Amino acid sequence: MTPVTKLSSPQELAEVKQKTLSALETGCTRVLVCGGTGCMANGAPAVMEALQKALDERNVPVRVDLVDDSKEGTVRLGYSGCPGFCQVGPIVRILPSDYFYIKVTPEDAAEIVEKTVQKGEVVDRLLFTDNDGKTYAKRNELPFYRDQVNVVLADSGIIEPGDIRDYIAKDGYKAIAEALFGMTSEAVIAEVTQSGLRGRGGGGFPTGVKWGFTQRVQSPKKYVVCNADEGDPGAFMDESIMEGNPHALLEGMVIAGYAIGADEGYIYVRAEYPLAITRLRTAIAQAEAANLLGDNILGSPFSFHIHIKEGAGAFVCGEETALISSIEGKRGMPRPKPPFPANSGLWGKPTVVNNVETFANVPKIILNGAEWFRSFGVEKSTGTKVFALTGAVVNTGLIEVPMGTTLGDVVFKIGGGIRTGKGFKAVQIGGPSGGCLTTEHIDLPLDYDSLKAAGAMVGSGGLVVMDEDTCMVEVARYFMQFTQKESCGKCVLCREGTKQMLALLEKIVGGEGTLEDIELLEELAVAVRDGSLCGLGKTAPNPVLSTLKYFRDEYLAHVVDKKCPAGECKAFKGYRIIEEKCKGCSLCARKCPVGAISGEPKQPYTIDQETCIKCGVCFDVCRFGAVEK
Amino acid sequence: MDKKSEGYVIVDGVKTPINGHKNLLEVIRASGVDLPTFCYHSELSVYGACRMCIAEIEGRGVQPTCSTPPEDGMVVRTNTEAAMRIRRMSLELMLANHHGNCQTCDKNTHCRLQELAERLGVKKVRFEEPEADVVPVDESNQSIVRDPNKCILCGDCVRMCKEIQGIGVLDFAGRGSNARVTSAFGKGLNQVECVYCGQCAAVCPTGALTVKSVLDQVWKAIHDKNKTVVVQIAPAVRAAIAQEYGIPSGEQAMGKIVTALRRIGFDYVYDTSFTADLTTVEEATEFLGRVAEGKNLPQFTSCCPAWVKFAEQFYPDYLENLSTCKSPQQMFGSLVKKYHAEKLGVPREDIYVVSVMPCTAKKFEAKRPEFSVNNDPDVNAVLSSQELIRMIGQSGIKLADLPLDSMDLPFGFKTGAGVIFGASGGVAEAVLRMAATTEGSHGHTPEFHEVRGLDGLKEASITLDGKEIKLAVVSGLANARNVLDKIKAGEVHYDIVEIMACRGGCIGGGGQPLPNDMEAREERKNMIYDCDAVQSLHNAADNPFVKELYATLLEKPNSHIAHELLHTHYYPRKRIDGQPVELSPAKPEEKIPVQVCVGTNCYLRGSYDTLKKLIEAAKQAGVADKLDFKATFCFEKCVSSPNVQVDGKIYGSVTPDKAEEFFKETIKPVIESQEKVEA
Amino acid sequence: MAQATAASEKESRASRRFEKIQAIVEQYGAAESALIPILQKVQEEYRYLPEEILTFVATALNLPPATVYGVATFYAQFSLEPKGKYIVRVCDGTACHVRKNQTLISTVKEWLGLKEGQSTTEDMRYTLEIVSCIGACALAPAVVINGKVHGQMTPEKVTKALEELEAAEKAEDK
Repeated sequence: MTPVTKLSSPQELAEVKQKTLSALETGCTRVLVCGGTGCMANGAPAVMEALQKALDERNVPVRVDLVDDSKEGTVRLGYSGCPGFCQVGPIVRILPSDYFYIKVTPEDAAEIVEKTVQKGEVVDRLLFTDNDGKTYAKRNELPFYRDQVNVVLADSGIIEPGDIRDYIAKDGYKAIAEALFGMTSEAVIAEVTQSGLRGRGGGGFPTGVKWGFTQRVQSPKKYVVCNADEGDPGAFMDESIMEGNPHALLEGMVIAGYAIGADEGYIYVRAEYPLAITRLRTAIAQAEAANLLGDNILGSPFSFHIHIKEGAGAFVCGEETALISSIEGKRGMPRPKPPFPANSGLWGKPTVVNNVETFANVPKIILNGAEWFRSFGVEKSTGTKVFALTGAVVNTGLIEVPMGTTLGDVVFKIGGGIRTGKGFKAVQIGGPSGGCLTTEHIDLPLDYDSLKAAGAMVGSGGLVVMDEDTCMVEVARYFMQFTQKESCGKCVLCREGTKQMLALLEKIVGGEGTLEDIELLEELAVAVRDGSLCGLGKTAPNPVLSTLKYFRDEYLAHVVDKKCPAGECKAFKGYRIIEEKCKGCSLCARKCPVGAISGEPKQPYTIDQETCIKCGVCFDVCRFGAVEK
Repeated sequence: MDKKSEGYVIVDGVKTPINGHKNLLEVIRASGVDLPTFCYHSELSVYGACRMCIAEIEGRGVQPTCSTPPEDGMVVRTNTEAAMRIRRMSLELMLANHHGNCQTCDKNTHCRLQELAERLGVKKVRFEEPEADVVPVDESNQSIVRDPNKCILCGDCVRMCKEIQGIGVLDFAGRGSNARVTSAFGKGLNQVECVYCGQCAAVCPTGALTVKSVLDQVWKAIHDKNKTVVVQIAPAVRAAIAQEYGIPSGEQAMGKIVTALRRIGFDYVYDTSFTADLTTVEEATEFLGRVAEGKNLPQFTSCCPAWVKFAEQFYPDYLENLSTCKSPQQMFGSLVKKYHAEKLGVPREDIYVVSVMPCTAKKFEAKRPEFSVNNDPDVNAVLSSQELIRMIGQSGIKLADLPLDSMDLPFGFKTGAGVIFGASGGVAEAVLRMAATTEGSHGHTPEFHEVRGLDGLKEASITLDGKEIKLAVVSGLANARNVLDKIKAGEVHYDIVEIMACRGGCIGGGGQPLPNDMEAREERKNMIYDCDAVQSLHNAADNPFVKELYATLLEKPNSHIAHELLHTHYYPRKRIDGQPVELSPAKPEEKIPVQVCVGTNCYLRGSYDTLKKLIEAAKQAGVADKLDFKATFCFEKCVSSPNVQVDGKIYGSVTPDKAEEFFKETIKPVIESQEKVEA
Repeated sequence: MAQATAASEKESRASRRFEKIQAIVEQYGAAESALIPILQKVQEEYRYLPEEILTFVATALNLPPATVYGVATFYAQFSLEPKGKYIVRVCDGTACHVRKNQTLISTVKEWLGLKEGQSTTEDMRYTLEIVSCIGACALAPAVVINGKVHGQMTPEKVTKALEELEAAEKAEDK
């Protein structure tokens, strides 16, 4: 790979773009193996190796460089960012034909090279097939992608995050050139404000307004901080952006720095994302070499430096003041606001804190204008939002839809409905700070204000779909156990309140709850919501309050009827083998993680209730319906 | 910003001027509503954790008022349904996690948690009792008892120790429901850098940090017919007692204390102000001597044992600059056990010296080994003002109604100079009065108002023999750290520096009754100077009994015998107890131990490189397997840092450039001699 | 003789590690803001944060030891207890939780023979950690064994992965 070296004007940047584009246009087939965390774990490196070998064996010339336009019929093989559909990984995508191969194994490599690369034919058996047996050859035809609108993720999955040229070819860093050479900082802020972009990390505060506050504070030193401490369990969009399109984040931060008058930025990434950290480090080095980061960017008087700070495992560091403390080397404990970071942030200096997805939107807004951005989404929630769709849906992965898309469209059109064939029960949105949406919200538009009105929140965008087998009291308990553990322990209401809420929920799911416990739980939840110091505490009761609102019956069933309607809570269930139905196949005994099932082959087995941990594996695996709960 | 300090806030319908208050809480309190708090202290940073001071601000909802700047036109309601609900819920939650039995708690009736539960009417805790995971109580030292089971995590002690005292002995550890306030690694306070100033206990709202009591031992001594029990009362105690019992002046309070102590059964009642006068004479003489020699300046005062321990731990390079004078408490103990015992014809072991001090560190000071003769301490027991109040309570004496009595002589006679030792600036002023008076002011004693008051740093200068003498008065150890660092950096110059660990001096000592806030200290300070005013003499050198003491026993200031009885030495002290870093884990018993100190002083002088070079030299010489290298923390010989201990013997000044030579000349011979023994 | 070599190797490893700590401090600079990265590197070196090393770091950074202890106990990544050679992390993110990671946890516990409240095996070979979301939600339930993410895990798959690791470890021992 030839690095891009010191660019000293916007023209030189444009030349790199042209050169890369023309090279790619001269008869080059691109083979992109997904290099996201999911596919890498699912065997993408072996697929990559096999593809390389298959190409070598057939003497297909492989270009290593994006400036290389020497030969027709060459192949450019590389890792792309995450295209989002992680469930079907490893994914291999071929350009320009845009064939989209799923669940690729090293054994498929030879066929891909022979058929698709050399002859342009499609390998049918590697295509996505829906429940009706219909196959889809191209990415945009897939039901999963058909109803998505990609702005932030548009380039993820197409470009190679490891090569800055690929980003530049997609108009990367052009927004910096336009801002630095054609816009005042006020104009940049005005454009972002106009676009209606709101913080994608959960709060939904208007980004341009936040920048304006910081810009107006007089200070010789200011900071831009990127919150990449994506701690919500069930959300990984920021991870995906950093892995798949790290330069977009850097570019957004540089523009923010120019807008507010800062010359230094920090990206606070959680340490659980090693791949994202590696990709960011590479991207920073490349951008610095290209003079797109560092002193006198593109020959302008503006300088901006970016550092990476790795988190050390604390959810609360997603709160901006806690994050700032953590960068300073302290315990990540939030402090009261005011003063807001805009006035007194990192090391007491004016600081803008935005999340990854927010920054990644910025270059597009500068390039295409506020009006273009407003054309997506709804009045007060413009643009698109990336959601992590997981749980009991057919299609799981990262999706990007215009703000205001209905819940039903997400779950049924993109998600393909409930995987288990059971009924849809609820969606938990916004992680431990969010709430539940139910069948009554199928037509609810997913935007900041509608969600807030429904007692949920966009949060960072985790969407966990639940079917009828999910107990909502247990869901509330799960999230409370999470926030309780992650509370920093500073303010009384959050520290003691989450602990007591958890105790009450455990009592209820444990079959010991009373009606008074439900009342106390609700009273406590309201006090914790209204009185806590920071966002973590203020939103910690949301899962409790929203399940109490929409699934109060389930709580009552637990305490009055002593039943778990979803059949999930262990205290109310026991597994038993129905003698008449048991064939003695021993499958359940082999699967039981605690060895609680015993018996003679071909004879009915029995479960030792003392040892049984009520995990339900036997129930799930029995092919004869011989296990009842 | 200035605009914000003007205008009005409507507090529960009452128009209240902002009047420069820095936060809404203070405006609300000024309006007559005592909004409760646990974690707010005007002199500490805003923490915002207890959630008690919340109120509803129009347009903003429920907000903590301690962290909200007041703005003109703000409309605040303190007792809305939501605010009251949150306040009561917070309290109920705190109580649910509070293991303690009020009746037997040291803070009973002085506990903020107890008070607010009563005030807010929290009569029932609906949450489950906490599990019985009771944490051990730290009673490792003589001054402070730390009971984590009663801690509500308001963090007042943490911020006090860090922000005001500049040490940071306590901090938060863990998180969520495991969050706790603790010393490093949960060690006892005697194993870490605690200076026992007790300021943490002074701000603790519950019984988590309390003053360790030795009352029972004192009662035992009183009840012991063979003991002559002598008590000294420190200057600052009288002000606190006056405040506590509503007695109009410190002088009157002192008179009542004397009556009470005699009734309780003390044999002799004396005033520490007497030895304060003696200290002034000794210290002023010492200072003039140093000025004349131009040696060991600036001279630092050494009356405050918390400051002395602080210096021993953090500024070993300046220990030579500390006045060698014992503190008034220890001068008293020393004199009583010698002079008084001889006069009475009682063996020193049968004299039991009790001091009543505003201070918790004095308890530690009395136990320093250098202040004992044949294991008999000069001061047997130190009671805090708090314990004195409890003792009076135990005896049933109604102090306020008692007649006044006067102290025993000779150690009960003091000048005003001795009394003002109780306030920050007092020692300095006493020395200045003496120094200035010898200039020939003919009986009139000048006053030095510029060194009075609660400010953390005060400066003054006088001309002595045509020479300008610059003086600084510091209170609060963070301020002390600041001044010392500036002196070290050559940014400031002083000739004499008075340092007291507690803000405002001894009147704010950790053993004083609660509340012990700046408001209480201000009042106590005024009482101290009022006490000074009513004395007949104001210059320590004029104290007739001090003069007599020199005439009969001490010869003259700084004489040989004065040095023996009234002066002492200081030692570098390690900050934390702990294991060394093992660098040669295999079979250390067969090897010669080589320990290199990597504590702060040695580390700063390159001891890490010394260590590296020694290991390298050992490898080069092929004897690495004969040595057991360890990186250790502090041999308490910081002045000669970097220090290396070889086979039990400590060698100083082993700087990295001398490491090789040291290896050849010191370590190698040790190896060789060992080999010979083995052979 | 073999024993002596092993001993001296151990010895130089101990001093090498300590040398590294000083190098780490120098690399990041002795400022409070460097504390977290320094502790991360120290933990990489020792697999936990030994008390005496924390005291050394406090000295080098001129911070109160209680502050360093406070930071070390705040972040989930840090351990003040020695950890096993291999770390098995079971993700407890929402997606993994609803896809029954509980059975994986019991399987791993059973396989490692861990008692209630125990997270590291007695031979210091394995540590089980139940961690918050690792961002592999689409692969739920996920387990990270020795740094490698394993997706869509079942009790059989996790057992197999552990058996493979054990076999490799045994081969290495020989």
